[in-house]
Amino acid sequence: MEKLYDSIIIGGGVIGCAVARYLSRYNGSFLVLEKHNDVGDETSSANSAIVHSGYDPKPGTKKAIFNVKGNKMMPQVAEELDVPFIKNGSLTVSFSDEEDETLKELMERAKENGVRAELIEHDELLKMEPNLNPEAHKAILCPDAGVISPFNLCVNFMENAMDNGVELRLNSKVEKVEHDGDIFRVTLESGEAFEAKTVVNAAGLYSDEIAAQLDDINYHVVPRKGEYYVLDHFNENWVKHTLFMCPTKVGKGVLVSPTSSLDYIVGPTNEEASKTDTSTEASVLAELKATAAKLVPQIPYFENIRQFSGVRANSSVGDFVIEESKKNPGMFNLACIMSPGLASSPAIGEYVADLVKDKLHLEVNPNFNPRIRKHIRFTKLDRDEYNKIVKENPKYGKVICRCETVTEGEIVDAIHRNCGARTVKGVKKRLRPGFGKCQGTFCQNDVIKILARELNVSPDEINYSDLNTQIMKYDVKGGN
Amino acid sequence: MIYRDLVIIGGGSAGLAAAVSAYDNGVKSILLLEKSPELGGILNQCIHNGFGLHRFKEELTGPEYAARYIKEFRARNIEAMNETQVLKLHEDLTVDVMSSKLGLETIQAKAVVLAMGCNERTGGQISIPGDRPKGVYTAGLAQKHLNIDGYLVGKRVYILGSGDIGLIMARRMTLEGAKVLGVSELMPYSNGLNRNIVQCLKDFDIPLRLHNTVTKIIGKPNLTAIEISDVDDNLRPIKGTEQIIECDTLLLSVGLYPINTIFTEGAHGKLYAKTKGAFVDQNLETSIPGVFSAGNVLHVHDLVDFVSMEGEIAGKNAANLILNGRKDVKKVVEVTESNNVGYVLPNIINVTEATDSVEFSFRVRKPMKRGEIIIRDGDTVVKSIKAMDLLPSEMKKVTLKTNDFESYNHLFVEVKEL
Repeated sequence: MEKLYDSIIIGGGVIGCAVARYLSRYNGSFLVLEKHNDVGDETSSANSAIVHSGYDPKPGTKKAIFNVKGNKMMPQVAEELDVPFIKNGSLTVSFSDEEDETLKELMERAKENGVRAELIEHDELLKMEPNLNPEAHKAILCPDAGVISPFNLCVNFMENAMDNGVELRLNSKVEKVEHDGDIFRVTLESGEAFEAKTVVNAAGLYSDEIAAQLDDINYHVVPRKGEYYVLDHFNENWVKHTLFMCPTKVGKGVLVSPTSSLDYIVGPTNEEASKTDTSTEASVLAELKATAAKLVPQIPYFENIRQFSGVRANSSVGDFVIEESKKNPGMFNLACIMSPGLASSPAIGEYVADLVKDKLHLEVNPNFNPRIRKHIRFTKLDRDEYNKIVKENPKYGKVICRCETVTEGEIVDAIHRNCGARTVKGVKKRLRPGFGKCQGTFCQNDVIKILARELNVSPDEINYSDLNTQIMKYDVKGGN
Repeated sequence: MIYRDLVIIGGGSAGLAAAVSAYDNGVKSILLLEKSPELGGILNQCIHNGFGLHRFKEELTGPEYAARYIKEFRARNIEAMNETQVLKLHEDLTVDVMSSKLGLETIQAKAVVLAMGCNERTGGQISIPGDRPKGVYTAGLAQKHLNIDGYLVGKRVYILGSGDIGLIMARRMTLEGAKVLGVSELMPYSNGLNRNIVQCLKDFDIPLRLHNTVTKIIGKPNLTAIEISDVDDNLRPIKGTEQIIECDTLLLSVGLYPINTIFTEGAHGKLYAKTKGAFVDQNLETSIPGVFSAGNVLHVHDLVDFVSMEGEIAGKNAANLILNGRKDVKKVVEVTESNNVGYVLPNIINVTEATDSVEFSFRVRKPMKRGEIIIRDGDTVVKSIKAMDLLPSEMKKVTLKTNDFESYNHLFVEVKEL
C-alpha cells in the first residue's frame, strides 16, 4: 500500500516552505512537492525582499492581518533560522500637498493596523537620507520594516522543516489533484502519485489553477511583472532605509532600498505579463530609471550588476486567499499571495499549520527544534574563534568567492545540509557566490568542481539551475 | 601580525615583475599574496601564443610567458603565499588576509604594490534585455572552463564584443568543434588587436558585424536564441534591423575594468574615474602613501609586456621608498586627458630634484589614420610627435624628458587628427 501522508504541500516557495516548517512542530507525515530543482525558484526569489511593516494594507484584510503578524514574528524567525535580516525601517515619502494628505490617511491606517509609524518632517528627513530628492516634503517612518534574504528565508524554512522530519521532492510538478471524499490523490506530470489526508495548495502563480481542480473559485491569479536593477554594495551609507514613494491613483511607484547583503535594489515596475515571462525590457528599465530618479536623483547605475524581473501572483479580489475548500474539506488553498507575501510568510505558515493540526488532531512534536545549525561565517565570529575553526577545517580559510568572500567550508556545508545546494544557482542563492560584482566569472568553475566532488558526480553532471542546464557540458579532454 | 617590508597583492604578470624588480633594487623582505594555487594569474588560461614580442622578442604562450617570470621569482627565493585572499588593505599599510594556513591574519608592510588585475564586464553591467538563462558567459569564464578544466560550454556560439578575449575564444571554440556564428561589435570599429581579427575571425570565416549589438536574450532555463540589431550613431538599436540567431551560448567580450575594492573599501584610496584604477603619480604611487599600483588593476592593458614593465616600475619605486625614504616634493603638476584622448596616466607629477623624465600612457577615443600627439602646459605646446594608425584598442606611450618639470602647471595630453 502507498504511504498515506497527513499532508501534501504543493509548492516549495516561501509560503509552502513556511507551512512545512510550522507543520513540523506537530507529529505527522508531511511531503512538499516542488516542480523546480530547488525551492523558491520563482516569485519567492524575484521580489523586493522587503519585510513590510504592515502600515498600508486596508485594515481588516488578510493582507493587513498576516503582514502585521509576520512582521512581528520575523526577527525571531530570522534568528532561529540564521537568515540575513536587517530591520532598517522604511520611509514613505511625499512630494506634493496632495501626497501629504495621503500620508495623513496612511498614518491613520498604520494606527488601525497597530503598526508603529511616525511622521518625519522635511529637514529631519533629509538628515536621515541625504541622497533623497531634496524636493521631498515629508515621510512616514515605519521603524519595524526590514529587508531579508528571500533566498535564505525560503531555503532555511525548508531546511528546518526537513530537520524536523518533513520530506521534500524536487522536480515534481503536480498535474492533478483528486479527492474521493476521504483521501486526496496528487499526481505528478511524471505519472507518479501520492496520497494524503489533507492538501495545502501553495502553488504560487499556479495556485488558482490547482484550486480550480477541486473547487468553483471566484478568484484568479493576476500575474504582474516587476523589473529591478541591482547595484553592488558600493557604500553602506548611500541609502539606509527602504524608500517608498507615496502611493497615488496612478500606482505605488517604485522603491529604492538596501538589501540584506547591503547591495541596493531599484524597482519594481508593474506590468501585465504571462506567468512565465521573467524577461526584462530596455524601454521598461529606462522608465524605471526615470521614476526612481524622483525618489533618489543620483543613482550610480555604473554600480549596476544585474537586472531581473519577477512575476507576482496578484489577486483578482484584492486580497490573499487563505481558506479551506468548502467542496472538498481538507484542501487548503493559499492563493494570490502577492506582496506583502514574503513578510506575511511566517504568519501564514503558522496559521495554516494550525488549521491542518486541528483538522487531523495532530499531537505536538516533542522533538521539534526551531533552530537550524548556525552557518560558520568569519564576519560573525572573532578572529581567535574563527581561526580555531580554520585549524580544525582548513576549508573555512579558503576563499572561493572573492566578491562576497565565501569560503569553501561554507559551500561544502551548504551542500550537505537538509535542502542542500545541488546546483550552481543553489549555491549562489544560499551563500552569494555569483551574486557579486564579477557575477561568478572568477568562482563558477570552482563552485562546480566543489559540487561535483561533494555530490560524487562528474562536473558535467552539475546543473546551473533546473535539470539539463549543465555548464561544463562537453568534456573535450578525450578518453574517459 | 606578520611584518614584511614589501607586500605585493596579486601573483600575475604585474605582481611577479614588481617582486623581481623590488628584489633587484635591494628589498629582500618581500611577500607576494596570491589567491590561486598557482602563480601567473590570468596568463595560465591564455594558452594561445602572441605574448612577449616586446619583452622577450619572441612569441610565447601565456603559461610560457608566466613561467619566465616565475623562474626569475623563484631564483631569488622571494616568498609567496598562495591560496591567500586579501580581505582589506588599510591606510596604515596593514593587510588583512585569509587562508587555510593562516586563518585570519594581518600583515604590516612598509610599502604595498597593488597588482590584482581586472574583471570582465558582465551581461548585467551592460543591461542586455531579455531572459536570464544558462548559456551566457563572459569570454574569460568560458576560456577558463575550456582551458583549465577541459569543458566546452556550448556548440552554437555567438559573441558580443570584439575585445581580444572574445576573438581568441572564437578561434578556440571553433577548434574544439563548436560553430561560432558571428561577432557583434557595438562600435563602428573593432576593439581587439588587428592581428586577432585576422587570425581568429577572418581565417575561420566568422562574420564580424560592426555597429551591431545583442538586443535580446531568449530562453529559459537554457539559452535558445539571441536577437541582434544594428545601432545608429548614438549606439541605439535601429527598429526593423532585428535578426534572430539560434544559439546555445553567448560569450561577452565587452570590456575589462580594474577591480579595486580592496583599495577603496579599506584604505579609501582615490580612483581615477576614466580608468576605475588608482589615481597615481609618475612613480605609480597612489593617493595612499606607500601604496603603488601596476598592471591591469591600474588601467587595462592590451599587451602583457607592458603590464610587466609597469610592474617593474612599481616594484622599483616601492623599493626606493623603503630604502631611501621620500624625497621633497617641490611642486605637484596635474596631468589631464584632452581632445581625442580617453585617459592619460599618471594623473599627477610629484616633481622632485630627481624628476627628469615622465612616461605617459594613454588611449585615443576613436581610430585615427594619422594624428599628432601633443603635450601642452595650459596652451603652450611642450612636445608634439606625429603618429600613424592610432586605435582605441592600442595603448600608446609618450615620454617627456626635461629637467624643468617645475616650470609646468597643468599638463594636457591630446591628439590632433591629421
